[in-house]
Amino acid sequence: MNWLKTLIGGVVIIAFLYVLNAMMSSGGFFGTGIDDYQARLLVFICINIILATSLNLINGFTGQFSIGHAGFMAVGAYASAYFTVTHGKALEGSFGFLGDTGASSVVLLIAVVIGAIVAGIMGLIVGIPSLRLKGDYLAIVTLGFAEIIRIVILNIDIVGGATGYPVPGYANFLWIGIFTVITIVVIHNIIKSDTGRALVSIREDELAAEAMGVNTTRYKVTSFVIGSAFAGIAGVLFAHYNKFLHTNDFQFIRSFEIIIMIVIGGMGSMTGAILGAIIVTLLPELLRQLPEIQVGATTFQFADLRLVIFALILILTMILRPQGILGTREFGLNWLKRPRKSSEGNETIGADAGVPEAQQEEAKRLQSEENKDK
Amino acid sequence: MDTFVQQLINGLTIGSIYALIALGYTMVYGILRLINFAHGDIYMVGAYAGFMLAVVLGFDANPSVFGFAVTLLGAMAIAAALGMAIERFAYRPVRKFSKMTTLITAIGMSLLIEYLFIFFFEPKPRSFPPLISNENHTLFGNATISTSQILIFVVSIFLMIALQYIIFYTKIGKAMRAVSFNLNSAKLMGINTDFVIAFTFALGSALAAAGGVLTAQYNPKIDPLMGVMYGLKAFVAAVLGGIGNIPGAVLGGLVIGAAETLVVGYGGYIGIPSTYRDAVAFAILIIVLLVRPAGLLGSNVQEKV
Repeated sequence: MNWLKTLIGGVVIIAFLYVLNAMMSSGGFFGTGIDDYQARLLVFICINIILATSLNLINGFTGQFSIGHAGFMAVGAYASAYFTVTHGKALEGSFGFLGDTGASSVVLLIAVVIGAIVAGIMGLIVGIPSLRLKGDYLAIVTLGFAEIIRIVILNIDIVGGATGYPVPGYANFLWIGIFTVITIVVIHNIIKSDTGRALVSIREDELAAEAMGVNTTRYKVTSFVIGSAFAGIAGVLFAHYNKFLHTNDFQFIRSFEIIIMIVIGGMGSMTGAILGAIIVTLLPELLRQLPEIQVGATTFQFADLRLVIFALILILTMILRPQGILGTREFGLNWLKRPRKSSEGNETIGADAGVPEAQQEEAKRLQSEENKDK
Repeated sequence: MDTFVQQLINGLTIGSIYALIALGYTMVYGILRLINFAHGDIYMVGAYAGFMLAVVLGFDANPSVFGFAVTLLGAMAIAAALGMAIERFAYRPVRKFSKMTTLITAIGMSLLIEYLFIFFFEPKPRSFPPLISNENHTLFGNATISTSQILIFVVSIFLMIALQYIIFYTKIGKAMRAVSFNLNSAKLMGINTDFVIAFTFALGSALAAAGGVLTAQYNPKIDPLMGVMYGLKAFVAAVLGGIGNIPGAVLGGLVIGAAETLVVGYGGYIGIPSTYRDAVAFAILIIVLLVRPAGLLGSNVQEKV
């Protein structure tokens, strides 16, 4: 009855997102509403979750060191925005029989596909040459490519150049939430698949993986392309929610932010990446509400120091908990059942935690195949 | 020809600054395998320290070589102290952890310095007072070189020679080379590695601060984010020359500085608009790394199984 569980889960999630989306509209949902500021925060949390989980596939699970994720986000955002600006109205007209919401949803879906494909192709173009490099060199080359992408976009006048690019707002919270869930599910399934195990083997020991017959180059490029494509999707959603694009949103500090999310949450942990995305989005906003303190004639606006405090928290987290909040463990319901394993300073990640579960799944799969044969 | 010489002079001026900053990156990387992302911000702190010193000590009123020298040395000392403090309180506790952790600590440090300076000095640019009288000297034809450019060349060449002397002809330099060769073996040989690492940070930070003050003389506009792009390009210069390699950092800096200015000057003829200036450094880096993965002067280390 696995499909039934999936179906019920899907329906519950979509219903939940629908209610949240309704609460964001001006009328609210049965009188309860979310104000614009909170709605915006929720949307950015979702977009950051997509970015963090997709980068986690490259950095956390494949062990490659990419710090140019914002570049692929920019490619997806600008490619899809160019499409919706030039063809959006016409397409909306031809899908008019679906109603206003239906037509704009179709346009958004096409935009997402375009953004993902273009960002994926860009990932392929960047990945094939640069994945020959390792460690810090790879990091710098990805950073360099991201900067080059940004500067090239800045010089393309048909997408606004330095003045920015207004984009029609096709994305709403419902769609952004659905794509967040899709991203999480797809990347989770990739990690649990044969491909995922090949990726983890590359992270653990590339030479050993190659010796065991894993085509490391192919798998590294695969993970890079998939990660870039999802970054592209995040870019599409950002573009069509924000309704305005400027290359300043895709500077390397944006890439660093995504890295910070996955490192704070715990590299190589899906739930860690999600947690990290939530923390990095919310923390600076929560620090906005710090009080001001009056000492003599001078008032100290602690809220102005929020980014300083954010940086301090970041450094302290790294000193006190270098493996991130969750390490490589996953947060879930069986967390409560299982006795917690100490992973303090444990650098070998994934291998010990993942294997028993993977073996169980393998056994289950073999069994079901046997049943089929009968 | 005149314009070409002029472009080359301007390019090498910027390149010398990149080289000064790149030296700090390359020394720290050589010893700790750490990309010190806060290094570009130390360059900015150096410029601000020079600014404060010049204003407080009153050198801005009447420009003199003495005032400039005091400002330069003071800024270098302040930055060296800051570099050592950063190493002691942020990098030393995370040194034994994974590369990603140290990298995030470095990024955090960079953000911390930037935001602190934005908070205390406001984000708006300030103009750096001229500490020496700046004149243009005609070389030949229409090519000119300004006093501040001469100053940049003289001071940076002097500092690079001094650095070379420290690294190859002093005891601490020998210790630095030993630590960069193998940290644990150096420790077993009785070298105080913590001190050597702190000294390396001090040295690198002082060079970056010198770069900051010299740039502020040449282009008198300083702001809390001035170190971001310079730091990144200097790092690219360090990787380009072969990270961990000191002559490589200087070569990388000069190449990137010259290439940038030449693209601005002549790129139009070969279809590269001058707005691509910031992309040039990265493009050169990517091409060089794909052909020579260890950089121009770096040696290729074989991976052991």
